[in-house]
Amino acid sequence: MTSLWDAFGAAWQLIAGFDSTLAQIVGLSLQVSLTAVLIATLIGLPLGATVAVERFRGRQTVIVLLNAMMGLPPVVVGLLVYLLLSRAGPLGSLGILFTPTAMVIAQAVLITPIIAALSRQIIEDAWREYDEQLRSLGAHRFNAAMTLIWDTRFSLMTIVLAGFGRAAAEVGAVMIVGGNIDGVTRVMTTTIALETSKGDLPLALGLGIVLILLVVLLNACAGAIREMALRRYG
Amino acid sequence: MLPLELHQLSFAAGNAEIIRGISARIEAGPRSIILGPNGAGKSVLMRLCHSLLLPTAGRIVWHGAMNGGKGVDLRRRQAMVFQRPVMLRRSALANVMYGLRLAGKSRNECELRAMDVLEVVGLAQHAQRPARVLSGGEQQRLAIARAWALGPDVLFLDEPTANLDPAATQDIESIINAIHASGTKIIMTTHNLGQARRLGDEILFLSNGRLMEHTPIDRFFREPASAEAATFIKGEIPWQ
Repeated sequence: MTSLWDAFGAAWQLIAGFDSTLAQIVGLSLQVSLTAVLIATLIGLPLGATVAVERFRGRQTVIVLLNAMMGLPPVVVGLLVYLLLSRAGPLGSLGILFTPTAMVIAQAVLITPIIAALSRQIIEDAWREYDEQLRSLGAHRFNAAMTLIWDTRFSLMTIVLAGFGRAAAEVGAVMIVGGNIDGVTRVMTTTIALETSKGDLPLALGLGIVLILLVVLLNACAGAIREMALRRYG
Repeated sequence: MLPLELHQLSFAAGNAEIIRGISARIEAGPRSIILGPNGAGKSVLMRLCHSLLLPTAGRIVWHGAMNGGKGVDLRRRQAMVFQRPVMLRRSALANVMYGLRLAGKSRNECELRAMDVLEVVGLAQHAQRPARVLSGGEQQRLAIARAWALGPDVLFLDEPTANLDPAATQDIESIINAIHASGTKIIMTTHNLGQARRLGDEILFLSNGRLMEHTPIDRFFREPASAEAATFIKGEIPWQ
């Protein structure tokens, strides 16, 4: 029991004292996951909007696939990206395996389907409501899609935050493609896994606390944004 | 772009025939009321005329638009107010400007025009408020302003007062008359006989997807030509 409290105490000191190792790891985590969520949004949002408003053959299949891919196991994504980027793989010549870039790619692959599938749902529901009105006002598909994205922006922001939460809390993919190299590709989740097995509880706990605070903060933000939007825009 | 001619117009959704072979010629000028019970096909007929739906058979011809009038041009010269208008999540002013911007007008021009029509419908003081927090009556006035701002030759109104109280209904009706007075053709659906009498110059009476009669308002109420119309007039009077 004492050792547990000791560990908490030590963890707290690391956080309160802005321990440089801890800060560096948290910084890399944020950098990797924020970049990944940015890329995933730039791809996933237009993809979701397109599937929502366009009618084409195989649309239903695309929707089923996108929804299914929301549940992609991170380790499998990690393995696939690893195979692509490894020396013998098709993108091996880039030489980016075991770098933060590889981790960004893996996380982006992981959360793009989440952002695409959920935004498709939100935009399509809005489209059902807006369709005739927008066409009557003279909007073509592209204008209509842009209008729908703008009008559902607060719901879409919640999705982006959820995607970021998923990316930041994921271990398997970054572990495989990043290699968990000290000072280079070590992020919060992989460090927690490693330090726990090494028995260095304070650092693991400290990072765990930061990670949980981050997730709570994200959820609070998502809730606050929705509240504010409802009150201001109805 | 008027007259509007409908030739044997039909519309079916799956196996359900909603509009059955309607032919009519709607002239510029008189306020046309499409009257009929719920489910008669009034809204669908209006959506066909406004090309929100494609007919399964028959043709729609806008005569004035024949010389060089393309699809886009045709759409820009008509506007529609829906029974339950969709308010965009932005200010009342931005809602009116939206359609104008799509028509390719400059920002300044849009804003001036939008403020003008908001003034006419009595919403100028609410211009900066989010459209979705306005009351039902205000939202419907805003929807009319948004449609009218486009300067259409023809304005379709689909039961514009169906969800409103008498005071709000009166506001809407006087706005519709002002639009009529400005020279825009009014084509409106309603199932309310009182409203048809107050606002209509001619009646297109629909029953079960068929056009039963197309007559001036006086004659319609005095001597309805079809048994359906006679029943409808009788049935409605107690609740008028």
